[in-house]
Amino acid sequence: MTTYREAVREALREALIRDDRVFLMGEDVGAYGGCFGVSRGLLDEFGPERIRDTPLSESAFVGAGIGAALGGLRPIVEIMTVNFSLLALDQILNNAATLRHMSGGQLGVPLVIRMATGAGRQLGAQHSHSLEAFYAHIPGLRVLSPATVADARGMLWTALQDPDPVLIFEPIALYNSEAELPADAGAVDIDSAVIRRAGTDVTLVSYGGGLRVAEAAAEELAGDGISAEVIDLRTLRPLDEATVLASIARTHRLVVVDEGWRSVSISAEIAARAAENGYYLLDAPIARVCTAEVPIPYARQLEEAALPQPGVVAAAVRKAVS
Amino acid sequence: MTAVDDGAASAPGERIELLRQMIRIRRFEERCVELYSAEAIRGFLHLSIGEEAVAAGLLGVLEPGDAVVSTYREHGHALARGVPMNAVMAEMYGRATGCSHGRGGSMHLFDGERRFYGGNAIVGGGLPLAVGLALADSLRGRNTVTVCLFGDGAVAEGEFHECLNLAALWRLPVLFACENNRYAMGTALKREHAVTDLSLRAAGYGLASWPVDGMDAVEVAAAARRALESIRGGRGPCFLELRTYRFRAHSMYDADRYRDKAEIEQWKARDPIPRLFAELRAAGAAGPDAQVKLEAEVDAEIEAAVAAAESAPLEPITDLTRHVYAETR
Ligand SMILES: Cc1ncc(C[n+]2csc(CCOP(=O)(O)OP(=O)(O)O)c2C)c(N)n1
Repeated sequence: MTTYREAVREALREALIRDDRVFLMGEDVGAYGGCFGVSRGLLDEFGPERIRDTPLSESAFVGAGIGAALGGLRPIVEIMTVNFSLLALDQILNNAATLRHMSGGQLGVPLVIRMATGAGRQLGAQHSHSLEAFYAHIPGLRVLSPATVADARGMLWTALQDPDPVLIFEPIALYNSEAELPADAGAVDIDSAVIRRAGTDVTLVSYGGGLRVAEAAAEELAGDGISAEVIDLRTLRPLDEATVLASIARTHRLVVVDEGWRSVSISAEIAARAAENGYYLLDAPIARVCTAEVPIPYARQLEEAALPQPGVVAAAVRKAVS
Repeated sequence: MTAVDDGAASAPGERIELLRQMIRIRRFEERCVELYSAEAIRGFLHLSIGEEAVAAGLLGVLEPGDAVVSTYREHGHALARGVPMNAVMAEMYGRATGCSHGRGGSMHLFDGERRFYGGNAIVGGGLPLAVGLALADSLRGRNTVTVCLFGDGAVAEGEFHECLNLAALWRLPVLFACENNRYAMGTALKREHAVTDLSLRAAGYGLASWPVDGMDAVEVAAAARRALESIRGGRGPCFLELRTYRFRAHSMYDADRYRDKAEIEQWKARDPIPRLFAELRAAGAAGPDAQVKLEAEVDAEIEAAVAAAESAPLEPITDLTRHVYAETR
């Protein structure tokens, strides 16, 4: 069995071995082994030039990653969590996402930024938010969230082949999850959503940390004879709308599960597109199960109550199919 | 101020070239003011009139492989870096032949081939890019320097501090060039900095740093040479505080109410163009009509650039969404 953490580490190792332009840079990625233990051992294997510890200065080192990409390298920049990425938001939005267009196509930024996201470990508000939607709002970026061990292993290499900046959001709650990973596991497609469970009565759309919740709900519903199709978006920008619409054409019902806040979220985008382009396919109102509109609280029962739970998803589905 | 003169920039031919470059930048920007008033060019327009000695002196001594990161007040930097005037002017017009294909305008001039990385309108935003470019160059074994230009206002931004620390920590080949024109929009130096001697700031991060008379192109060139030599020698980043002044308002929208007319006149008395011309005349290296001749040459270049821009095609609207992502993956 391989953990999600080990899968990301293997992906990093592979990238560092395959392309000498690749290096990893971020706070505590080296001597400490990564704040979530992802890069443990890599400093010994690749040395301090390629596993580069940085001072606490998100804007400077993310921007330096952008500069290094302009200069011909293939940096992988790790930001501890999405919460701290906001200190580098200027660099990501105003430079990484924008330089190609502003320069009339002359300058590309082939950069990968990885960061942890999401709640579930009682870390309180400033360490638990799911802000992927902020980034999915921005043209010029590609935004991924691997929800499975295989995707954690496979998305990085594909992302490194991209000529544009790619952001990879790794849900904190998944680092310890495990799965069987084939020995030859490798690069995966980052263009399309994937159907994780086929079904006929309802389409459950999710991504990242929300996928477990959707899958658990689908399992519970199967016991009641309700067949739910579970879609993992994988890529939040650009969105693979076609896979979602094709599924709705079969099931005629849509429930979206999103660990972001409901307002102005990925779930809002999915619902809007389904309404714009799939209105006549739908037999029931679209439903959304999202994180409560509160800063994520510390206390376990409050944190759980704030996050989407399988029971709530199942209830939303029952209502939609009734 | 430390007088730096290693004699390297004193050859008459080189001084004439500095003079020519400064006149070129000044006349270009003066023409832009006319074009702006005629509404041929739009948007924000930030002029560097008065500050030409920095562009000519600093960028004139770079090697072709060096990289330059600049700000929104960058017409002079782009021209001194060798971005063709036609491409700069066409960009002001938003034409397809512009150096950013009409997507940048005055504040976002780029030239990938000449390693001119803009063109950044976020104050302080270019500093991290310079650190990264220098990191890439040094890791790839190129003996190049990245020159990062920014204003006194940027020194107050967090990125300045993060970046000087990072560049010094990693001993990167960056020349931080602060164009201290004493104002961040309307905020005077003494109202923006607790310590107004900016070169002391960089010294605190362990960089070799010194102030330079930014109204003297010869001195700027000499200081830049000295800094570049030290950086290429592997001794880590340097900081130059180029003390200069803008004769015009911050931008075309600025009524310039925050400074004394007398102060402006005092600085105009140090105008780098007549100053260098007088020096050349005194040394017998230029005749009385040298300036007029240079201006005539430059004006011909500018008029040709204007004519080319006016007849250049517009970037088609059907291409609006081009260059958001790469066309091939
Ligand atoms: C981050 C940021 N804050 C504010 C502004 C608005 N602004 C544009 S220019 C400027 C002054 C900058 O002064 P300085 O760095 O000294 O450069 P100068 O204009 O004098 O060349 C300000 C405040 C901006 N563009 N970016």
